[in-house]
Amino acid sequence: MATTMITTLDRSSRSAARGMSDLTIRNLFIIPTIVFLIVFNIFPLLYSLGYSFTDFRASSPAAANFVGLQNYRELLNDPFIWSNFAITAKYVIVSVVGQVVVGFGVALLLNRDIPLKGLLTTLLLLPMMLSMAVVGLFWKLLYDPSFGIINYTLGLGSFEWLSNPDMALYAVAITDIWMWSPFVMLLSLAGLSAVPKHLYEAAAIDRAGSFYTFFRITLPLVAPILMIAIIFRTMEAFKTFDLAYILTSQPTTEVISIRLYKMAFQEWQTGRSCALAYIVLIMILAITNIYVKYLNKVKER
Amino acid sequence: MAHIQLKNISKTFGNHTALTGLNLDIADGEFFVLLGETGAGKTTTLRMIAGLEKPDEGQIFIDGADVADWGAAERDVALVLQQYSLYPRYTVRENLEFPLKPKIRRIEPDEIKTRVDRVARTLRIEHLLDRKTDRLSGGEMQRVSIGRAIVRKPRVFLMDEPLSALDAKLREALRTELKNIQMNLGQTFLFVTHDQIEAMSMGDKVGVLNHGRIVQTGTPYEIYNNPRDTYVASFVGSPPMNLIDGKLVNGRAVMAPLNFELPFAGGAKTSAATDGRPLVFGIRPEDVYLESGAPVEARVHDVENHGVEKILTLRVGDAMLRATVPARTDVEIEQPVRFAWDPDKVVLFDKGSGISLRHAG
Repeated sequence: MATTMITTLDRSSRSAARGMSDLTIRNLFIIPTIVFLIVFNIFPLLYSLGYSFTDFRASSPAAANFVGLQNYRELLNDPFIWSNFAITAKYVIVSVVGQVVVGFGVALLLNRDIPLKGLLTTLLLLPMMLSMAVVGLFWKLLYDPSFGIINYTLGLGSFEWLSNPDMALYAVAITDIWMWSPFVMLLSLAGLSAVPKHLYEAAAIDRAGSFYTFFRITLPLVAPILMIAIIFRTMEAFKTFDLAYILTSQPTTEVISIRLYKMAFQEWQTGRSCALAYIVLIMILAITNIYVKYLNKVKER
Repeated sequence: MAHIQLKNISKTFGNHTALTGLNLDIADGEFFVLLGETGAGKTTTLRMIAGLEKPDEGQIFIDGADVADWGAAERDVALVLQQYSLYPRYTVRENLEFPLKPKIRRIEPDEIKTRVDRVARTLRIEHLLDRKTDRLSGGEMQRVSIGRAIVRKPRVFLMDEPLSALDAKLREALRTELKNIQMNLGQTFLFVTHDQIEAMSMGDKVGVLNHGRIVQTGTPYEIYNNPRDTYVASFVGSPPMNLIDGKLVNGRAVMAPLNFELPFAGGAKTSAATDGRPLVFGIRPEDVYLESGAPVEARVHDVENHGVEKILTLRVGDAMLRATVPARTDVEIEQPVRFAWDPDKVVLFDKGSGISLRHAG
């Protein structure tokens, strides 16, 4: 029934003239996408799941031996892996909190009638549009202890941002905050402008102070969309690779994806790195699920 | 409790003039209705009194104090809007508590509870207190919104067409309720509407606003029976007052292009109504009556049956005239009838300015 409806064509249309039915057109667009998805996403996903139970090394011609859960067991008992996770967690918290504070703050400032608002918003969005690698490279220059403009402006002398093990992770987080605050700002701005103006007027009439109005009206109404921004940024921060990899090579900035990269392509422990990749995937899924649950709760309220 | 005065208020938005030289005096404890068409400047007036908008010129006084520099909070007014503006995501109770909760008010939790419960009882929304506001019907929402205004005991109540989004039955019920609330509280109410029935039935005083000017202020009786100009005459009343061009000749009203005459004498006549001056004769439909020996013949153009009465549209030449007659009157469309008017009830307007001769003097 549905098929007949789809294949019914307007006789005078150009597709009909070419002898193509809607079904043909649909297949023409959808089949390549599905093939692409299977070849490049689903197949590797399943294939690497298989490898994660073997001791396969892509660098050696030796055949893969099935080792069961050994890879997982060893990884989860490895204190170094756990320290990589701790670094990642610290990085995620610092960078996401920073982005939300800066992004939401700027959105609050922008959410009023100011001259050149459109231009200002566009300019503020620029960092987000740059390539990660480019951002990493030029922030490396900005952070440079001898000629970097950051130390020059702040009068910090030759303070070492990236080669100081205690500071390096924060330096990477600052760069990430600079780059991705606009994203949080954009979503917050959409949420803020959706708050009806008459609610603020009603609150003013009800003699509510600005803090009271913010916490009782603005925040609850923006919370769902802010939550979505937080979900996206947490997922992204959790799998950060390029920024940290380009900016520094301190052991204190070795987030989990860098560890994974080294394990897979420098140490060629293909099987074990597949297992680690799965652990990371499961963690991200878990965190996202918690957020989504919370998001639904926020929406319901 | 407050006495509100607006003196010479003007306001423009860009190149649109909303209000020009507006003067208004609302007595303490009065139910004042501001009546006007959409875009006449009613809402602007209200928002300026509330402190949400600043006048370009003129002064606003609340209880004799110039409130130009006061914010909305300091003026201590309550505002009920057409779109309810309830706080989403909160229950009805939380909405009612909202104006009492801010720290500066320092109200004890017990006191808050008592006041919310009392308001809920007054408005008959007790059973809704724990419901979320997005699960309420339009009428319930508007009740909550009125409740949020009265829970706080402000000095003035401002209402911006609070009933116009409701269906007819509910509108009628809430109309009576609001009037009762106002009488019980004895507070000053300023009620804005475009619905002349609301204005007539609720207001102690009515101000008619047209293009940013107050045309006439008075009791509903004055507005209805003695309109200041043809605008008020045609805006107030349903169906509106009949307005017919004509002049006076030897104490008779002669309708100029149509050549029909009606007797004219007595109370409505003023010294300004000299023979031959171009005039507009105004007569309410209920003061036009059908009679077999009446002076003018017309044809029935249309009949609207309203139950208790019928509204007839009579055709004399090209002119249409409305007449309200008892429902038992038996007429058919295109039937010839004879009609007359009550000469004492005729209002004379100057043809050029449209101003009533009674007011011009």
